[in-house]
Amino acid sequence: MTLTPLPYRVDDRREETRDTVTFTLAPSGEPLAPFSPGQFAMVYAFGVGEIPVSVSRILDGSRLVHTVRAVGAVSRALCGLGPGAQVAVRGPFGTGWDTTAARGRDVLVVAGGIGLAPLRPLIDTVLAEPETYGRLNVLAGARSPGDLLYSDEVPFWRSPFAEFTVDRPSAGWTGRVGIVTGLIDEARFAPSGTTAFVCGPEVMIRATARALVHRGVDAARIQVSLERNMRCATGHCGHCQLGPLLLCRDGPVVGYDRAESLLTVREL
Amino acid sequence: MTGPAENRLPPGGVTEAVLDRSGLAALVTALRRRGRTVIGPTVRDGAIVLDELDSATALPYGWGVELEAGTYRLRRRDDGAAFAHSAGPQSWKSFLHPERVRQWSADRGPGGDLTVREERPERVSYAFLGVRPCDLRAIRILDRVMAGGRYHDPAYLSRRTGAFLIVVECTEPGATCFCVSMGTGPAADAGYDLALTEVVDAEGHRFLCRSGTEEGAAVLAELPRRAADDTTRTAAVLGVREAAERMGRSMPPVDLRTLMRDTLEADRWDDVTARCLSCGNCTMVCPTCFCTTTEDVTDLTGDHAERWRRWDSCYDLDFSLLHGGPVRATPRSRYRQWLTHKLGTWHDQFDSSGCVGCGRCIVWCPTGIDLTEEAHALHREAGGSQEAP
Repeated sequence: MTLTPLPYRVDDRREETRDTVTFTLAPSGEPLAPFSPGQFAMVYAFGVGEIPVSVSRILDGSRLVHTVRAVGAVSRALCGLGPGAQVAVRGPFGTGWDTTAARGRDVLVVAGGIGLAPLRPLIDTVLAEPETYGRLNVLAGARSPGDLLYSDEVPFWRSPFAEFTVDRPSAGWTGRVGIVTGLIDEARFAPSGTTAFVCGPEVMIRATARALVHRGVDAARIQVSLERNMRCATGHCGHCQLGPLLLCRDGPVVGYDRAESLLTVREL
Repeated sequence: MTGPAENRLPPGGVTEAVLDRSGLAALVTALRRRGRTVIGPTVRDGAIVLDELDSATALPYGWGVELEAGTYRLRRRDDGAAFAHSAGPQSWKSFLHPERVRQWSADRGPGGDLTVREERPERVSYAFLGVRPCDLRAIRILDRVMAGGRYHDPAYLSRRTGAFLIVVECTEPGATCFCVSMGTGPAADAGYDLALTEVVDAEGHRFLCRSGTEEGAAVLAELPRRAADDTTRTAAVLGVREAAERMGRSMPPVDLRTLMRDTLEADRWDDVTARCLSCGNCTMVCPTCFCTTTEDVTDLTGDHAERWRRWDSCYDLDFSLLHGGPVRATPRSRYRQWLTHKLGTWHDQFDSSGCVGCGRCIVWCPTGIDLTEEAHALHREAGGSQEAP
């Protein structure tokens, strides 16, 4: 369904951090078409509004998994919902991560904050078929240790390389402090044989992509997931424009070769 | 939607004829008899507006307009012409893509279960009388935006599908018109059911009428008419040709898409920002500006909710709002977004320019900002060296 949402029920609710919740949603009736990693849904909180949310895991069957951080009226309303509550969802929308482009190549995943959520289904895909891909590297940054997502899954990502860094360490944090680009030099990948997947705040995406190009990764091999205001998700409302792109249609996942010039113009 | 008639003329269909004022009156009657809601120009509130016509007597016979940047005035004409006026404050998007549309409604039951009901758009059978060639192109552009991509907008299609379009070629361009620069007028090439060209000369007030579809030919066959003659044909062709030479404005003779792409950091944007109020008038009057936002509302019980879509403007701060604040916080970036989208990135998104040269945005800008002047200034700042496309 593209314009009219379908009712879904909160099947499972899991608090990831103090402001972030992962929901599993089950269709109350007819389900939506299957989602691909990197695609998003428009999730409606009854009477409050609707926001775009990426799928943060692909399950067998018709259930959807979304990770939501409470930053605005709708996301706060969604985060307050418990099991059994109903929402309405439409989708799938947008371009997903192009995983076929990474076959036989090293995979470098770079995430900032909630940007790890749309990347998790990609990590799942690579881990499920280790023989299909080269080395998997996961680099993630968060504001503080308490803001790191999916901490119980991280041990499964450790091979060959996963590292986390925080802006503000807390007592007992023995890990890295600083921005996520600082981890790139330690990752184990061959730049010319690497496909990178990047999501996070725009400033982090820009810095990461630049650092990767500097290291020798081809800009066309860097996929970035971008964000703009989004109302319709069907290419009709005009809100998600980034220069020539309509991010609901041409994105959210865009090749950095296409995005680079657009990300350097202020307020585009 | 309409397509060319080619050789599929229905029995008794007429491809070309001359109508007088009684023929035009019969046209409105014939369309209403067919169950169509006829929309056309009429004088109201000191302007020529688009409204439902009960009869052709409501047409603005003997009215013209005087246009300039930030100025719109009606003036009397002594020739009694019905269509010797250029664009008014409205365009056909008001009917095809209305300001407010309910998209769906939802109810929450006692157990919290949601029921969502899709809005079934009411089918309207429109006939648009007096579509200028520039506005005909604008409708084709809206067709691509609203129904030419992967997702088709049902509210738009319910109004657009089967709409009967009567274009009137332009013989009286305004001082703010530049359809010749945009390649959209003043002649009508295709995409209409009937095309009229108004002629007022020593032989009288009449309309050369050509059909472009089977239905157009069938409607024309029902009207009191006489055979087209060479005098009328020649007068019609000359009237349109002379109109092309009297355009009040023009765009710089360059590839505007390239100009917009290459001048994103030009100083000229600071200059226009000093004059732009960010009021959004240009987006409201533009015949192709399609942007909308959504409103989610509930009734007093809190258990009935509705989704409404309404026109929005890229000049609104909230338009680009993300959780960190608006992406386009300065008026400079919002004017730049509007102009570069209209003339530039629209090509990337929808395979054509978003501008048809109607001049409405110039007329209805409270500070008289003229996009053709801005484009010339950007061209000069860029060195003025680009080749014509």
